[in-house]
Formats: sequence, C-alpha cells, structure tokens
Amino acid sequence: MSGRSRYVAALDQGTTSTRCLVFDHGGRMVSVAQHEHAQLYPEPGWAEHDPTEIWANTLRVLPEALDVAGLEVGDVASLGIANQRETTIVWDRSTGRPVAPAITWQDTRTADIVSQLQHSPQAGLFQEVCGLEPAGYFAAPRLRWLLDHVPGLQRRARTGELAFGTVESWLIWNLTGGPDGGVHVTDVTNASRTLLMDIHTLEWDRRLLDVLDIPEELLPEIRPNAQVYGTCTVGLPGVPIGGAFGDQQAALFGQTCFAEGEAKCTYGTGAFLLMNTGSTIAPSSRGLISTVAFALDDQPAQYATEGSIAVAGALVQWFRDALEMISSAPEIETLARRVDDNGGCYIVPAFAGLFAPHWQPDARGVVVGLTSYVTRAHLARAVLEATAWQSAEVVEAMVADSGMDFATLRVDGGMTSNHLLMQMVADVLDVPVERPLVSESVSLGAAYAAGLAVGYWPDLEGLRANWRRAAMWEPTMSEGSRRRGRAEWDRAVARTLDWAAEA
Amino acid sequence: MPRAIQSIERAAAALHVLGAVAEPVPLGELARILDLPKTTTHGIVRTLCDVGFVEQQPETGAYSLGTGLSALGRHLDPHLLRSRVTNWADGLAARTGLEVQVGVLRGPSVELIAHVFRPDGSPQRLRVGELQPAHATALGHALLAWSPSAARIHELELTAYTPSTPTTGVALARAMRQARRLGWAGVDGALTPGTAGVAAPICQHAGIGVGAIAVVGPRDRVLQASGAPHDGLVEQVVGAAQATAGTLRDVL
Ligand SMILES: Nc1ncnc2c1ncn2[C@@H]1O[C@H](COP(=O)(O)OP(=O)(O)OP(=O)(O)O)[C@@H](O)[C@H]1O
Repeated sequence: MSGRSRYVAALDQGTTSTRCLVFDHGGRMVSVAQHEHAQLYPEPGWAEHDPTEIWANTLRVLPEALDVAGLEVGDVASLGIANQRETTIVWDRSTGRPVAPAITWQDTRTADIVSQLQHSPQAGLFQEVCGLEPAGYFAAPRLRWLLDHVPGLQRRARTGELAFGTVESWLIWNLTGGPDGGVHVTDVTNASRTLLMDIHTLEWDRRLLDVLDIPEELLPEIRPNAQVYGTCTVGLPGVPIGGAFGDQQAALFGQTCFAEGEAKCTYGTGAFLLMNTGSTIAPSSRGLISTVAFALDDQPAQYATEGSIAVAGALVQWFRDALEMISSAPEIETLARRVDDNGGCYIVPAFAGLFAPHWQPDARGVVVGLTSYVTRAHLARAVLEATAWQSAEVVEAMVADSGMDFATLRVDGGMTSNHLLMQMVADVLDVPVERPLVSESVSLGAAYAAGLAVGYWPDLEGLRANWRRAAMWEPTMSEGSRRRGRAEWDRAVARTLDWAAEA
Repeated sequence: MPRAIQSIERAAAALHVLGAVAEPVPLGELARILDLPKTTTHGIVRTLCDVGFVEQQPETGAYSLGTGLSALGRHLDPHLLRSRVTNWADGLAARTGLEVQVGVLRGPSVELIAHVFRPDGSPQRLRVGELQPAHATALGHALLAWSPSAARIHELELTAYTPSTPTTGVALARAMRQARRLGWAGVDGALTPGTAGVAAPICQHAGIGVGAIAVVGPRDRVLQASGAPHDGLVEQVVGAAQATAGTLRDVL
C-alpha cells in the first residue's frame, strides 16, 4: 500500500443508478457521486438497461466522487465493485459494443425457458450442483434467450468473439482496457447466481452448460471476491480493482457478518435476508437459496442462505399511493402509533404470489379480520407487521434448514428509519436488531473486499472493529403474544392460497 | 382599528377564486373576476407562486392553488423528520465520535425523535421517545430560540437540576438571545453535571425551527477547557442541521 493512498473507492452499480462512494480507513464514508440511468420497458414484462449508458455513468461518477472530497487518483488504494445481480450482458470483444441491451433481473421474458428446465430430466441437477432450483431470476436463462433471439449470436459465441457477463464483468473488462487487454472475470457471488456454477468447486459446470447449450468461450473466469483482478486504465487510471460482489452479498460483507449464524436484512422496496452458514452449504427444502457469501484469495469459500421478501417497503408505497392513506412513507409510523395493536387485522401482500418459504404463485393478497372496529391506524400497523412476520417466516426456514443459532439481526435500507417496524422485527424474531452507523452496507462491502486485496485492511478482524452500532432494538414481546400473532399470521396466509388459479 | 391592507385582501380574493374553480384559471380570466388590471393581477399571482401558495401550469400558463397552501397548518411529521435527518445524524456521529440526538418541542419538553449511539461499541439504550426539560439542554435551547412560541419561556417551570441550570426567565432569555446571535446553542451541565451538548436548529419556512440536532457527551469531549466547543464541532452540527433542512424543502 502506498503511503499516500488513504482511501478505498466502491462502485455501486444498482438497478436505478450508478454511484461511487469513497471510504476512509475507519470505514467512514467521505464522498459520494451518483447518476441515474434509463429503465427501458420495450415490451410487457421486459426490463432492460443500456450497458453503454451504465459504462458512461461509471466514467462520470468515479472522478466526481474524488472531486467532491478534493482527492486525487493517487489517494485511492483500491477500487471495489458491487452490482445489481443477475443482469445479463453480452458484448463483442473486439469492438467493445454490447450485442443487445442488458436484460435485468426484473425481466420476466425467460419464463418459458425456465419452465422447460424445471420440467426437464436435469432439473434435479441444478439443485445438486448450484444449490438453486431453476427460476426466472438467474442469469443463464437470459443468456440462453439472447443466444436464441439475437441473429447469429449462437454461432459467434462459439468462435470466442463474444463475452458474457453480469454487470461487474462488463465494468471490470471496460475499466481494465476493454478491447485493448480488458480482463474478463466474474466473482464467485455473481457466478453463483447464474445457474451455471458448481457451488462446491466454484467452477463452471460442464453438464449445466450442456443442458443450456452455452459455449464455454463466452464465459468469464471465476475469481474470489477479494483479489486484484487488474488495474484501471481509465476511470481511476492506475488504481487496482481489488474486489467485486453481488449487491446482497456485498451488504452481508459490509455488515461484517463473517461468521456462521450472522445475518443481515436489507429492508427496501423488497427485503433480502442473508445468513452466513460458514463452510456449510445448507440445501433448502423450504425454497431458500444457497449462495456463496464470500471467498477470499486462497481461502475456502463461506456460504450463505438467502430468503427474499418481494413486498416490504412496496406495501408501504401501496398504502401511500394506491390507498392514499398517508402522504409520505415515514408517516405510516405516526398513523400506526395511534393504536396499540392491529385490532385483529392482518394484511398479506401476496401481490404476485407468495415467495419464500411458501412459493405459491397462485396466491393473491388479502386483508383479513376486518370488523367495524378496525381503523386506518390498525391497517397501518398491519402493513408494518406484514414485513415483520414475513421476516419471521424466512428466519424460521433458515434455522430449520441450517440448524444454526440465530442470535441477532443486522439491518439496513430505507425502512430501518421506522422504529416501530424495527421493534416489531425484534419482537417477532425474538432477537436484538441492530442498525450500523454506516448505512451504505453494499458499497462498504465492496470497499472492504477491495481494501483487503491490497492490504489496506489487514484482515476480517480489522474490519469487524470498524462496525459501529448506531441503534439497537431489544425484543420485548411475551412468548404468548408472539405465538398467538404467529398463528394468526399463518391463518391469514392460508387465506391467500389458490386465488389466481380459480380465475 | 388599523386599516385593512389592500394587497393582502386582493391576494386572499385571488386565492378564493382559484380555490373555487376546478380548472386552472388563465391570467386574463382571473383579472376579469377580480376586476383588477392584468398587471396588478400578475403581480399578485407571481408573488403567491414565489411563496408556494399558487402554481402556474407549465403548458397553458394558467394558475391554480399550490401545494404550499395545503401544507399550511399541517405540522411536520416527526417520523418524516427522522427519516430525513438519519443520514446526517449518522455522519455527524461518525465524524465527531459523539452521541447524536434529534428532538422536537412538546409543550415544555423536548421529545427525542432520533438518536444515534456514541460510536464506541459501549452498551447504550435507544432513547427515542424520551422527554427532556427544554430549559436544561442544548436541544431545548435551540428549539426555544427558534420557536414562534418562545415568548412562552416565561411560562416554563424552571426546575434546577444542577447549579448551572437557568432558573430565571431572565437567564433563559439571555441564553436564547445568545443562541440566536450565534446560530447554535451550547449547554454545559445544566441537566447532568459533566455532560455538555451543542445544538443547532433545523429551520423550515420563515426560519422556524421544526426540530433541532445536537451532539451530546462528556464535557471534555464536547468543550475545551475555556468552555468553547472543540474546533470544528459547531460547524459540523450546524452543517448537519442545514443539510437536513435542505431535504425538507423537497416534495415528500
Ligand atoms: N419510515 C419508513 N417507514 C416505512 N417504510 C419506509 C420508510 N421509509 C422508506 N420506506 C420504504 O422503503 C422503501 C425505500 O427504501 P430504499 O431507499 O432502501 O429503497 P430501494 O429502492 O429498495 O433501494 P435502493 O434505491 O437503494 O436500490 C420504499 O418502499 C418506502 O416505502
């Protein structure tokens, strides 16, 4: 590490924007710059981004973040990348041009490919090799779709002219020279979301490539999360790229959940709960996803189990925009605090079916327990409780699958400013809930990986010491109330089932 | 009785007209209804646009009531304030190493609506919802000094907690004047001996403090031996307050 390099930069390439954050040695954020990119919806169910726009924004935010804090490129010891997961890009290695728009994780065009996979004789192979059931949100079916639909692509893919990658691959390749010597790599966490990587060996699996007929020539090399992949020739010229992570794993790392049983949940529009399962891959009978938590250079990988809640903050938005009960999301707390309980009312937001751990696509949302006693304040409580109970369901499934102790939950995301909700989460999980001082866990995780790779931070213990508690909520609910509430929630969930199927 | 002020009467009439009609009203139409020259009417609606009580449609140029009017009388939601202040409060705690408190005025007390732990890993308890006597803390002083009801400080019960608690209306009024002059309030051990705080108001429309943000800690971590805050501390607190105020100006 050069004596002058006092900072580490993180590039957070998200669904709506690309940001660069700069952190100091204490893990404190000293600067941020951000640009949004266009969301393209060319057909119903399609959701695309323009990879060239994302790349152009990257080249803008990197110097801007330095300018904000009055830094120079030489002040930056390393650059780490965190990215929206499963978004798929294919580009031409000689021109550097994408052959099609990026197909994002929100895009549902691969439903047919996925359903074929689910019903094929090899369906079990995916679970065995990747720890994943074939599902619409992984990258490989999107790649298959491109190979099927972009003229000439399948043929060109075999010649090695083309490169496939998720967003971090695209950015690393461009940052390290593009057509002129760009490094074509991905990290284990992003690779674990393709449906092509063997989660045990951390290598592409020949059999799965064959099932999907994907030429190996397209694929990036799989690397650990913290390792110098190459050096920037543009953006931050001369700065090593020392790490990459899928966003949710980056958040787990940024929250320093390095040990078995440590867990974090990001409460935003949806919620993503990940628990570190150490060196154990916890196969799930309950629809959770086994995934790589992180792999350091020359060390065995650590794994995680992941459960996502599709509708968390989105239910608050619905309450605000569709029901017009409040004029801003935070006001839901004011409304909910007018009453002491939910008045017997439950809301199950199965807007697009039930996800983990139920997986019932034909379920639809319900509001149950309505009586003339119920007011909008009770509804507001029920909205918040829905996020808490869904968290409880995911945690229960994780504990049942892994047999691990669940001692505390670390949280981040926009909804953590809602104290009533955070108290509910602590109550229904019966564990303390903690919020870190640096709420930018995703970027911090990427920065940590990058810093480790160049020795800016010595080891995981050093990073742990950086974690600071900004607030903590202790459980206060009695065992009896918890059991009763949990049972009522189950009864409410039961009433969502098979609704869409009847139509 | 003082004479009615004509321009205010006219502005009120313009608002009544705009409030009575479902569609945006073109300038000429408005002038006709008010029976005023177009230039006078224009001056009135322009001014009302500037203060947010009237909006002009970008396409047609016609006028309608603005969102500022419906926001009048709706006091700032404390949870919205918490949501907006959190980033700045976290940053303030990270940079100063001190506990951060954010409060609003509740009668004679300060209610804490946000709290960031002192970032030293020591066990601490979330204090949101707690009440502090306004006359004895930095938050209270900042809130009283920038509150329209500050005239009521003479009605406060000035309980003495320590020898440095202001216990007379005169002493408190002096502290308020000083805070307003400086733009921040500092209180040294007026509630708990050995604990000091520096607070700044979060000001919304017309400079009214809708909340205040403070760093609080052991006296020697907050103040120098001279009693003045450590170098740079005031700037950090005031900066966080102003940045938060900036986010309140945006639409919700
Ligand atoms: N105080 C609050 N109480 C309840 N819900 C809230 C509160 N503040 C924000 N939300 C909800 O949280 C969500 C926004 O969180 P966040 O800013 O983390 O969004 P995101 O879009 O998921 O994340 P990002 O923009 O970082 O990708 C919205 O759905 C909003 O309704």
